[in-house]
Amino acid sequence: MKEKFLELIKETLEIEGRELAIEDKFKDYEEWDSLGLLSVIAAIDEEYGVVIEGNKFKDIETLDQLLDEINKSK
Amino acid sequence: MAFIEFNNVGITGLSAAVPANVIDNYKYTQYFAEDVVKEIVDKIGIAERRFAPDDICASDLCYAAANKLLTDMAIDRNDIELLIFVSQTPDYRMPATSVLLQHRLGLAKHTMAFDINLGCSGFVYGLSVIYSLMQSSGLKKALLLDGETRSRIYSPKDRKTAFLFGDGGVAALVEADPKFGKSFFSLNSDGSLENLIKVNAGGYRNPSTPQTLQERVVDEFGNIRTDEHGYMDGAEVFNFVLREIPANINALLDKANLTQQEVDYFVLHQANQFMNSYLVKKMKIPAQKVPSVIAKFGNTSSVSIPLTIVSELKNNLSGDKKLLLSGFGVGVSWATAAVNFSNCYISDLVEI
Repeated sequence: MKEKFLELIKETLEIEGRELAIEDKFKDYEEWDSLGLLSVIAAIDEEYGVVIEGNKFKDIETLDQLLDEINKSK
Repeated sequence: MAFIEFNNVGITGLSAAVPANVIDNYKYTQYFAEDVVKEIVDKIGIAERRFAPDDICASDLCYAAANKLLTDMAIDRNDIELLIFVSQTPDYRMPATSVLLQHRLGLAKHTMAFDINLGCSGFVYGLSVIYSLMQSSGLKKALLLDGETRSRIYSPKDRKTAFLFGDGGVAALVEADPKFGKSFFSLNSDGSLENLIKVNAGGYRNPSTPQTLQERVVDEFGNIRTDEHGYMDGAEVFNFVLREIPANINALLDKANLTQQEVDYFVLHQANQFMNSYLVKKMKIPAQKVPSVIAKFGNTSSVSIPLTIVSELKNNLSGDKKLLLSGFGVGVSWATAAVNFSNCYISDLVEI
């Protein structure tokens, strides 16, 4: 689950040339911006059938927390 | 759930007018670097938009569209008994623009005329009001005019909205006729999300002052706007659309006892390509059933549904067709309808 999730985020944000770690603060990625946020929302909805509310997104810092939120919302 | 069913009312003619002034979005670079613009424009899929010059209002676009339609269809203007103007960019705070249009279009004084202030859901809402009035009153002919100069609402220095919006106006002739059979509407609103898309100042809650016209940097990305510009929280709007719209469309199909296969065209509000294509993919609607003008005209708010029909379906509406219309946005407000078209007349697109 974790590996698949990391791969999904990497693909969605079009990150190349490095691997992501589950403890990464993804909002610090240089590939992260408001357009990236839209892509991540769509990718999570498509893959997990979960729509993460924007105010929840504001509190989430790491990929680990994001994955937790997905699991909680399922 | 505001779910309404009507009988024997339908759109018999449709026309649209857009400004001749074309904005090439990739070259809309006076405030942002070319590579930044390219990244945004690629994502939203809006290559071109139309901007009305300062002296053209939404009502002027609707006037041009209505004139063309009434002339093309040889309609006696005395026969129009109802006129509704849908817009959030009216000519004046008062009087209502619909009343000015009644006179300008040479309609009789027995015309019932009023405005509806709604955004992207407005065309479907307006249609439901007209269908309802016609069904209950026996009125024979009505005009639904829907126009927006959305380009003027947003700051060109706020990248979240600078590349999205365009201008346009449409006219729909609605008539009572048994050939139309049943139509179905679902009308919804959620004011708890008023802050998703909003112009904060310039109304009566926060009146216009020199301060509300002051440009300022509003976020960590350096976007600039005034309190009288519109703003949009794109991610939250996207969430709202994902949460409500597929469910609303499915619920309406269900109530109308229709399958996706039985609908000829799904005409969705043209928000942006990213959102629209995701929505279509999520709902598994075949792409050929979903006409799009987002690349040509951008997001024209409530105008986008009828503009899509005029621009893309002119040669596809002979005979009887079943259309599903769905508008969603500012308010937030959303509306979905399943309506029948029967040899609907479509005028050539007017450019002014």
